[in-house]
Amino acid sequence: MGAQIPEVRSTDELRERWMKPEVISGSEILLRSLLLEGVDCVFGYPGGAVLYIYDAMYGFEDFKHVLTRHEQGAIHAADGYARASGKVGVCIATSGPGATNLVTGIATAYMDSVPLVVITGNVNSSLIGSDAFQEADITGITMPITKHSYLVKDVKDLAGIIHEAFHIANTGRKGPVLIDIPKDVSANKTLFEPSTEPVILRGYNPRTVPNKLQVDRLAQAIQEAERPMIIAGGGVVYSGGHEALFEFVGKTGIPITTTLLGLGAFPSGHELWTGMPGMHGTYTSNMAIQQSDLLINIGARFDDRVTGKLDGFAPHAKIVHIDIDPAEIGKNIATDIPIVGDVKTVLEIANKEVGRAERADAWRDQIKQWKQEKPYTYTDSDEVLKPQWVVELLNDSTKGEAIVTTDVGQHQMWAAQYYKFNQPRSWVTSGGLGTMGFGFPSAIGAQMANPDRLVISINGDGGMQMCSQELAICAINNIPVKIVIINNQVLGMVRQWQELIYENRYSHIDLAGSPDFVKLAEAYGVKGLRATNKEEAERAWQEALDTPGPVVVEFVVRKDENVYPMVPQGATIDQMLMGDAEE
Amino acid sequence: MIRHTISILVNDQPGVLQRVSGLFGRRGYNIESITVGQSEEPGLSRMVIVTIGDDKTLEQIEKQLYKIIDVIKVVDFSLKPMVARELALIKVKAEPSERPEILGVVETFRASVVDVGPASLMVQAVGDTDKIDAMIELLKPYGIRELSRTGVTALVRGNV
Repeated sequence: MGAQIPEVRSTDELRERWMKPEVISGSEILLRSLLLEGVDCVFGYPGGAVLYIYDAMYGFEDFKHVLTRHEQGAIHAADGYARASGKVGVCIATSGPGATNLVTGIATAYMDSVPLVVITGNVNSSLIGSDAFQEADITGITMPITKHSYLVKDVKDLAGIIHEAFHIANTGRKGPVLIDIPKDVSANKTLFEPSTEPVILRGYNPRTVPNKLQVDRLAQAIQEAERPMIIAGGGVVYSGGHEALFEFVGKTGIPITTTLLGLGAFPSGHELWTGMPGMHGTYTSNMAIQQSDLLINIGARFDDRVTGKLDGFAPHAKIVHIDIDPAEIGKNIATDIPIVGDVKTVLEIANKEVGRAERADAWRDQIKQWKQEKPYTYTDSDEVLKPQWVVELLNDSTKGEAIVTTDVGQHQMWAAQYYKFNQPRSWVTSGGLGTMGFGFPSAIGAQMANPDRLVISINGDGGMQMCSQELAICAINNIPVKIVIINNQVLGMVRQWQELIYENRYSHIDLAGSPDFVKLAEAYGVKGLRATNKEEAERAWQEALDTPGPVVVEFVVRKDENVYPMVPQGATIDQMLMGDAEE
Repeated sequence: MIRHTISILVNDQPGVLQRVSGLFGRRGYNIESITVGQSEEPGLSRMVIVTIGDDKTLEQIEKQLYKIIDVIKVVDFSLKPMVARELALIKVKAEPSERPEILGVVETFRASVVDVGPASLMVQAVGDTDKIDAMIELLKPYGIRELSRTGVTALVRGNV
């Protein structure tokens, strides 16, 4: 194993070579600034407006540039890199169509608070606004989906802007920052003076340390609660607060559900963990939220897929909300105890104050009973492959230790349900935006960030076809991602809704005409395997694990399988359709 | 739902107006008027936005505004003693026979006539929104040809 990631040179060596004041071009400033920020890998696609930048990259070996086959692949890869590492993901694209091809990826990162620095070229400053060839107002287009953006007017500003962009992307509530560099700015020369001074911005001071009074109120509320419940989200992972969370749960003995983006923030084998909440969450999580008298939200944002019908969500609960972004507190759910701060910092402070929820013994028994009585279930078959069984196979064979990326739809929910994560940054999925085409390229980024870990990308046959061209970069760079395609020959989640809500009117969901995925893999020089029953599945999967490079494994499953439980849209989350488990 | 006058101190950067107005647009907040100009500090502009919403909406507006990197400070003036003013230019149809009457209205509102045409007068009025509204009502019967209002700008009274 081991993708071709660059040898990490010592910082001293780099510093000596690059980090001295020197008159250089904007393009060289960009590259040196990226090194200064600790970047070891960028994903990109050249074009007219970034020719100077790519010219400066010629022979530049201090970070790796991965040439994707579509800008969308580049930004999803940068996103997967960031989610799986905690570092800022970087991608580069040219002006106009290059830049607009990034839009879906930027929105994906924005919705899930993923730190990216997105570099786009633009036409010459003198041509901006003239509808020049390959001109697009990318800062304007992306304004609603970036945390911040810059159009660089003068090469003298470039180094400072890059330094600021990294700071903004990876602090506070993280997110994508776009830097648009006109072609002349990338060519012009100026004195580069490397700076690692802390960035000071008057309008940007994220509050990390919580108000002590609110933390005391939380401790008090825990003392009084009879049915306390924790809902933990992506904020735990992003702040590195998983250990503090583990200690918090240990101290208080409060049951915990983790949202889709929170999976991995808490070990799934723990007796107080109830699985995921929401539309396809566990019976236990949803019932526990609805019956709780104290709901402690730690770094989640009360997304509509979690809350179901807002009016009627956790009707008996006092709400505590811990979030780095004050705007999330009170946005969807009225909050009794607002705690603004970095999740890790808040939990570390809280851990000194909180004690065991003494009055919740009966509640803990109730949770245990629900967990036993109502786990995720499906009807297995020896005739056909069941997608849930496939995910269980992946989980059992890797003991929950792999990094898993997914696309969007049924397979995503089954992966979330049946893969049992034990550590953070092991789960890469597009939660907020629900971006099809994300699953496979994000795995490439995750693997680049973690060359020594097993990375499994779980996709449907629909989403796989939205970015399958990136098989080329797996092949050429020997990026050993295990690419799983759960092929049910339809757009499964749409099919499920059409069955359950649109009275079996299956409108335009048949994916007939899809390629032979084994041959598609082989066309790129990637090993391809197919399984249609359990025996073949076990054999193919083992072969994939034993193969050092990238492998595509197609599991052919039946098309009419549904994801359960399911909370119909508009219902409260205790009104679940239980599917096969329905009595 | 009450009317709020929000003062926003922002970096004088290209695109900052778009960032602020875009936020209002995409999150469905209402803008009744918006004014932008220099502030007391070089490099900073003051925007004054008049909006209508309930307390929860106003809380969100303030929090969302603070997420814009170029926004330095947000203050809801409605909760404080403030001076709010706008300026209106009103071109009103005015035959010579009607002029004395119109001038009477102008005088009452301490407005002024800034241009005289063969059959019209241009009136300049400064005041709070209610005063300008009232003046416009009184001039309507004569026939308003054109109307341009600046929108509200405001400051808090005293040493706040």
